[in-house]
Amino acid sequence: MERSIVGRVHGATFLLLMALVAMGMLPWLPTVEAQGRGGVLRIGMTAADIPYTGGQPDQGFEGFRFIGYQLYDPLVRWDLSQGEKLPAIVPALAESWEVKADDPTKWIFKLRRGVKFHDGTDFNADAVLWNWDAIKNKDAPQYDPRQAGQVAPRITVMKSWRKLDDYTVEFTTTRPSSFVPYQVVYIFYVSPTQWQKVGRDWQALAMNPAGTGAFKLARLVPRERAELEPNRDYWDKNRIPKAEKVILFPMPEVTTRLAALRTGQVDWIEVPAPDAIPSLRQAGFQIYLRPYPHNWTYTLNLTGPPWNDKLVRQAANYAVDRDGLCKSLLNETCIQAIGEVYPGHPWFGNPKVRYEYNPAKARELLKQAGYDGKTKRVKTSVLISTSGSGQMLPLPMNEFVQENFRDVGIDLELVTIEWNALTQRVRPGFQHADMAQFGAFNISYNFQEPQSAFVRFFHSTSVPPVGANRQPYLNPEVDRLIEAAESEFDLDKQNQLLAQVHEILVEDAPWIFIVHDLNPRAMSPKVKGFVQPQSWFVDLTLPWVDK
Amino acid sequence: MWSYIVRRLLLGIPTLLGVTLIVFSLLHLAPGDPINAMLPPDAPQEVVEMIKEQMGFNKPLPVQYWRWLKRVAVGDLGNSIATRRPVLDDMREALGNTFILALSAAVLGFTLGVTLGTTAAFYQGRWLDKLASATAITGVSLPHYWVGILLIIVFSVELNWLPAMGMRSTIGESSLRDVARHMVLPTIALSLIPMGVIMRMARASVLEILSQEFVMTLRAKGLWSRTVTRHIVKNAAPPVLTLMGLQFGYLLGGSVLVETVFSWPGSGFLLNLSIFQRDIPVLQGVILVLAAFFVILNLFVDILHSVIDPRIRRT
Repeated sequence: MERSIVGRVHGATFLLLMALVAMGMLPWLPTVEAQGRGGVLRIGMTAADIPYTGGQPDQGFEGFRFIGYQLYDPLVRWDLSQGEKLPAIVPALAESWEVKADDPTKWIFKLRRGVKFHDGTDFNADAVLWNWDAIKNKDAPQYDPRQAGQVAPRITVMKSWRKLDDYTVEFTTTRPSSFVPYQVVYIFYVSPTQWQKVGRDWQALAMNPAGTGAFKLARLVPRERAELEPNRDYWDKNRIPKAEKVILFPMPEVTTRLAALRTGQVDWIEVPAPDAIPSLRQAGFQIYLRPYPHNWTYTLNLTGPPWNDKLVRQAANYAVDRDGLCKSLLNETCIQAIGEVYPGHPWFGNPKVRYEYNPAKARELLKQAGYDGKTKRVKTSVLISTSGSGQMLPLPMNEFVQENFRDVGIDLELVTIEWNALTQRVRPGFQHADMAQFGAFNISYNFQEPQSAFVRFFHSTSVPPVGANRQPYLNPEVDRLIEAAESEFDLDKQNQLLAQVHEILVEDAPWIFIVHDLNPRAMSPKVKGFVQPQSWFVDLTLPWVDK
Repeated sequence: MWSYIVRRLLLGIPTLLGVTLIVFSLLHLAPGDPINAMLPPDAPQEVVEMIKEQMGFNKPLPVQYWRWLKRVAVGDLGNSIATRRPVLDDMREALGNTFILALSAAVLGFTLGVTLGTTAAFYQGRWLDKLASATAITGVSLPHYWVGILLIIVFSVELNWLPAMGMRSTIGESSLRDVARHMVLPTIALSLIPMGVIMRMARASVLEILSQEFVMTLRAKGLWSRTVTRHIVKNAAPPVLTLMGLQFGYLLGGSVLVETVFSWPGSGFLLNLSIFQRDIPVLQGVILVLAAFFVILNLFVDILHSVIDPRIRRT
């Protein structure tokens, strides 16, 4: 009789299992819904959350890439329609701009007429002023410190703004600066009327934003998805999105992104794992790789030994097997970094020193610096993270560098902390007592424009708490050249001056230059028309999905 | 009974206070801060200070804690730092999603656990017992996030039968069937541990009852085997029920790992995200609610004990 109850329980289990099978294990009917012209493009982002949609986005450049430049327009924009050369700045909400010949601190922007926000209201000079007040004027009712914090490091020279007429705005800068277009390219314009309409609430605006961009926000499920639909009334008829809809999913886990792509749940993933790329290629997925302004580097503590000695810094740069790192560890998803920018970039110049992998030369330089590699070795440390934005594969990469260093006589201790803790810790710079004990930190950077590339890291006025010259690197000649470039309004001449800055930096080696990421992306073969630019940003109006 | 329930609920208040205090202290002792997580590394200090002031992070920690407690007392858990939305809104959705998953995992895990445990006890020492015990140990021993990844590889990537992530299809409108389909793999991954734990407890408990003299007496009196079995199961049930309550509490807490592996938008996923975003209001809110769940579940299980076994009196 004992068997009877057991048998009954078995029966219940069987039914339960059968129900589960019926729910999901049977081959399922295809879930492909009727899609409009151009198909639905589903993207797995690396961000852990949907970036802020109500104006200036958060989540770093991924927020700018997938939300900012899609829902909104800046006055000038990056032309991301090709990938062969670096993107140029082209007109967007401003049709033209010029600096006043008699006062180079004044910039006149002529606004485009007939542009409407997604809520149907006009974009004009008042809207421009209102938006600048929202991020710079602490007394304005619409001032939002959170958005201000996102863009403040990118608009350092912008001092004031005023309306000349309904479609002309004058900006005043703190000093004559040709970098102004590179600064206004990061500022997006929100409809002031929509902000009023949602109760003067920036959080509410995030759910119902109104920009001028090529896409409108159709649906937002925080932490789950953002659905963008084409703005059919977009002012630039050449940039009406080709896809019927774009859906963004936050997928911080690389394995989740990969599985989602392979199972057809998304059509595009950011940053597939390097070791998955060959099998993705084999399975017919498209892999996009291209250099862009990214540098995976060690920022050195220049306040004392060993890194205050140029010979040691150069030795370390000769010690890294960059080619091996990219080929053996990263499946060719990076290229060697022998400077801050890559060869072929207009700022690369012609550095006298080229850091090929040369352990013998590294040992020789260390010997000249007084380190024989046996009785006296360089002992230092580097703060690294376990993950983080743009950090690639920090643990194995740092271990690789550590091995390279050991070979030439540099004993490098890896001090691993969490990404958020790392970015907070390095903020005050090496001259701060909390940081003095470390020899370097490993954070990757962008060098999208001159401010990001040179001013914030290498100009003496950028020492914390003002900027990010955390080493600090102090070189009057570099200061002079950066200032000359900033006050040079001819782009070719400006590039030449910045190339001179770069040549000095390569020789001085205030960083250990390691690799440039190639911005890997994997896409379904159904995705057509995508262009991988040499940029952190992409033009989502170009791709579509074959049905 | 009622006075017992009221007393237990009142005793739950200091428990919850203790939990909030520990969570608050740990969050503020950990390196990194929420403002830093939301801003670029080179954001001006002036703006950082302004946001700190706006959110009250510039106040001494005891003041911050006291303010938070006062708000909680009137049902306001504050706003998320990351989404700016009320924590209650974020939590309601996440807890609802976790509840769905927890319930399905509990049904699967508990049913299998009780079945295997009872079977193993009745067939002690035989191959069925060994097989059931091995299954239970496997369930408890396998890391469920690893099982989750394995399930994804087999059923999503290779066979392409089931979705690998999320709660709804990435395209088109979602239906009940669609959600059920997304639930299958995380349910299986999540049910393994409760299945193993309950199986072992059920087996031990039934074995203990089987060895008692009253079972022999019942059999000797010639009672039907079904009646004897009912007595055995009823007597073996209390410890299993206690464990089920605890296990269900764990499941409701949301498995950070399983929900993260499957991108299931539940409380575990929310907790994981909030840790990396240093979203202190969300973390505090979620942990407070989960702790309250545990207190209530324990109480519920205790009451259930007394219903099943009148010898356990609640006064």
